[in-house]
Amino acid sequence: MDAPLRASVVVVGGGVSGLSAAWWLARSGVDVLVVDKGIVGWEASGRNGGGCTHYNSALFHEEQRLWPLMDELLGYPTEYRRERIIFATTEYHLNAYLRMGEEVGRHGYDWEALDGDEVRRRVPLAGDSALGGIHLKVGGHANPQRTVQAYAWAIQDLGGRILQHTPVVRLVARGGKVTGVETATGLIECDHVVVTAGPQSGRLLATVGVRLPVAVARAEMIVTEPLPLMPHGGVDGNGLYGRQTLRGNLAYGGGPHEWIDLPPDGAPLSRPTSPLAAHLARRLAELLPKAAHVRVIRSWAGLIENTPDGRPVIDRLSSPENLTICTMSAVGFGLSPATGHAIRDLVVDGRCSFTDLDKYRLDRFDGVPDDWAADKGWVAAARAAAA
Amino acid sequence: MDDGAGHIPAQDPRSQVGKFAPPRERFDVVVIGAGPAGLAAALEAARAGLSVKLVDENPVAPGLVGLDVPLLYGGRADASIGAPQRMLEQMLATNPDLAEAFELGVDVALRTAAWSVFVEGDALHALPGPVVGLADETAAWLCGFDQLIVASGARDLVYSFDGADQPGVVGAVALTALIERYEAFDGRSLVVLGSDDLALTAAECALARGLAVAALVEVAPAPLGDPFRIAELSERGVRMIAGSVVRSAVRGAFGVAGAVVAAVEGDRPDETIACDTICLAVGRVPVVDLLDAAGVRVVLDGARGGFVPDSLDRVSTSLPSIFVAGDCAGVGRRLATLEEAAAHGRRAAAAVLAARGLTLPDGDAASTVPPPRPDGHDQLPHRRRWMEALLSTGGTDVLVCPCEEVTRAELVAVQPPRYLGAAIPENRCRTLSAMAGEGTPSHDQMKRLTRVTMGPCQGRRCREQVAMVMAIGAGVPVSGIPLAGYRAPVRPLPLAVLATLPETAASEEQWDVWFGIPTQWVPYDAIGTPREQELIEFTMHM
Ligand SMILES: Cc1cc2nc3c(=O)[nH]c(=O)nc-3n(C[C@H](O)[C@H](O)[C@H](O)COP(=O)(O)OP(=O)(O)OC[C@H]3O[C@@H](n4cnc5c(N)ncnc54)[C@H](O)[C@@H]3O)c2cc1C
Repeated sequence: MDAPLRASVVVVGGGVSGLSAAWWLARSGVDVLVVDKGIVGWEASGRNGGGCTHYNSALFHEEQRLWPLMDELLGYPTEYRRERIIFATTEYHLNAYLRMGEEVGRHGYDWEALDGDEVRRRVPLAGDSALGGIHLKVGGHANPQRTVQAYAWAIQDLGGRILQHTPVVRLVARGGKVTGVETATGLIECDHVVVTAGPQSGRLLATVGVRLPVAVARAEMIVTEPLPLMPHGGVDGNGLYGRQTLRGNLAYGGGPHEWIDLPPDGAPLSRPTSPLAAHLARRLAELLPKAAHVRVIRSWAGLIENTPDGRPVIDRLSSPENLTICTMSAVGFGLSPATGHAIRDLVVDGRCSFTDLDKYRLDRFDGVPDDWAADKGWVAAARAAAA
Repeated sequence: MDDGAGHIPAQDPRSQVGKFAPPRERFDVVVIGAGPAGLAAALEAARAGLSVKLVDENPVAPGLVGLDVPLLYGGRADASIGAPQRMLEQMLATNPDLAEAFELGVDVALRTAAWSVFVEGDALHALPGPVVGLADETAAWLCGFDQLIVASGARDLVYSFDGADQPGVVGAVALTALIERYEAFDGRSLVVLGSDDLALTAAECALARGLAVAALVEVAPAPLGDPFRIAELSERGVRMIAGSVVRSAVRGAFGVAGAVVAAVEGDRPDETIACDTICLAVGRVPVVDLLDAAGVRVVLDGARGGFVPDSLDRVSTSLPSIFVAGDCAGVGRRLATLEEAAAHGRRAAAAVLAARGLTLPDGDAASTVPPPRPDGHDQLPHRRRWMEALLSTGGTDVLVCPCEEVTRAELVAVQPPRYLGAAIPENRCRTLSAMAGEGTPSHDQMKRLTRVTMGPCQGRRCREQVAMVMAIGAGVPVSGIPLAGYRAPVRPLPLAVLATLPETAASEEQWDVWFGIPTQWVPYDAIGTPREQELIEFTMHM
């Protein structure tokens, strides 16, 4: 038998959170190995809207500081573009967007309120439906698929290792510490484990007695054929999130999700889409009437986990103390440069150097009952209930 | 979820459950595709007393013809395709069984595309029953069914070469449709690539309409098809040029002006043959887009012409409500006859009846006809041979994906798309063969990294070719490249058309940009402060 693989830090899950963590660790000279059940970024991290504007997060400032540097730091393009215009076709939304602008302003970033004419001036595909909106001089968007690959290649360039197509079956602990992970093909030993397995994190952590309450859902997006580029690609509103990609496609999501039950053995899950594509199309045609003729050419779904309060858990546990866990609770792409930095700090220094993360600790869920998800209706609808 | 006490906990009001409107119409059986197989299936089901809807996207609108949907029309359809009434009449005239379908009360919907099939599964419970998404030029709607028979046929296997991005490179399936069904072919002189049944049939069809066929070009050292038919063609002046491929198409003011034919081996000089159309007739590909998008298991079977539904009896699929008939279940080297296709359609109808606990009125005659059997000849090696020869003669600067403008070289070097204006330097660039060392080379991954197969044609112009270039670049068999997934809508649909699908009041009321979890958006510094409640009450993200 071959000697077991070894690494100083094993990262379980090569989505953006795990990849960014591994990249930060590799930059600090740590011998890091990422293990993924499939291809890196194949789950939510490669299927999201690419939005990078999370004023609600403890990681917001670091997110905004890092994105403009990422292409240079990683050495590969992420297609990041700064700024975002959000505009409304109803008074209700307009009100909400203005409050969002104020919130961003409160954090010290520049923003402008726009009236309908100003929206039409800045967004060539907008039309009579535009009532007004906000222009954030911060935030923005990147290409999720290019970003995950950029992280992965940057990790390898720094000497970090990535093992794809290798599902982790369980974590291995001895004497109150994790000693490694067991994969379908054998044991990997290490001094520290980082769990960033997205929807699967709860299931994997349970193998060492750690309870991370998450419920899993499917969310969908549509994309059109390319159009000439607007001056700002980060344009959304009317109940949608999304962007015009640098290629020119309109890629948008929003609206209802569907909660699903994870098979206990980690069997692969399908990611079907639904007729929601049509309702997304309607809202996009209302938002950008001058694009109403443009053809939708694809739709897709991704799976994401949510904690009971919808907020992340980024925590180095006290027991086992060499286990660091992270779920971004369905809002983790844009924050990923900062997430990885925080995880690196927790693993190497035991505390985050750039922000307080206390409110993202796992122990806030200690009192949550086991059937919390059913109580909220965050569970798969049985046929009967759906009928 | 039933908690055992008969109490069903309320679903999250923001979820999809209960949000979709019931379908606009419902039939016992819906048949997609009004070719000979689909039509026979629809007639058989209707005769058994079932309510049947028969859907066909043809005659497609001119805009789609321009996008090569669903066939490679290659810019050689004439202006008459802009007259929908004439096109419909042509279609009815060339398809007498359609009249019978109308008489039997089948709801026939022509010029209507099926853009997706939605059926319940592990991760999809919110549907108003199994439905197929349909659309015409102005509206999209859902149509419910008990059983669906997909008879979507086969499309053109496309290869590119220098000059293939101009009008005049037409698929053999498209060519015969333009000539026979629509009388709308806008070319006069052809060079045909291939020498098997498909190529011979295309050449014969063109000659029968008085068009000139200059030559058949075949990569193999000798022609593949029936020697008798080849001899007949040569008597009619069609040259057979074996051991050769097309290096490039001559560029002209109206598109293709000639084919530059190059020998695969030896030093025979190139020969330029004047023609306005190069017809791709090397092979056909089963149309499994709807099936794959619906979650039907498909497998690669070289003897059936590519990815086909995984099916032992060739009519049922991995999903109990979905059946297949005709070329979409697999194509052999030889084209199926009309009678074989119709028999296959009747078998599918018989399987549907059996699934409903019914038997055929005429004593099960159809179900005793054995399913058309593939001839067992693996078509993939010959297709790969074409690709290798096109690569060795044409080089790597040829576009492999015309929509997204990705060359063979850019695909093999996994370069980011040109619009980024930033090629990755060679010392940091991952080639396909390097990436193959990290696991199976994935077409879906190449889509994401190079944008190949991501264009408005939805991959019809490049899919198989990209897989072959990937296999050659990574040094693996073509069977080592998994299918790049098909996604709804499998036909390009304008936002404004898709938008007409009726939406329920519940969907409108509960619509939220994301999960609608108010605590999710409370700014970090406000968590646990008096401001928190105020922010929660005002759900900022609606
Ligand atoms: C449709 C959609 C739109 C979104 N839009 C946005 C947006 O605009 N902005 C934003 O910031 N966020 C957005 N998100 C959320 C964002 O995509 C996710 O929060 C983020 O990608 C999570 O990254 P992750 O690395 O934590 O998890 P994941 O991407 O889920 O990665 C987990 C990884 O772990 C691997 N894994 C799982 N189990 C195992 C195992 N047993 N062994 C080995 N590996 C395993 C998986 O293969 C996967 O690669 C969106 C999500 C979706 C679905």
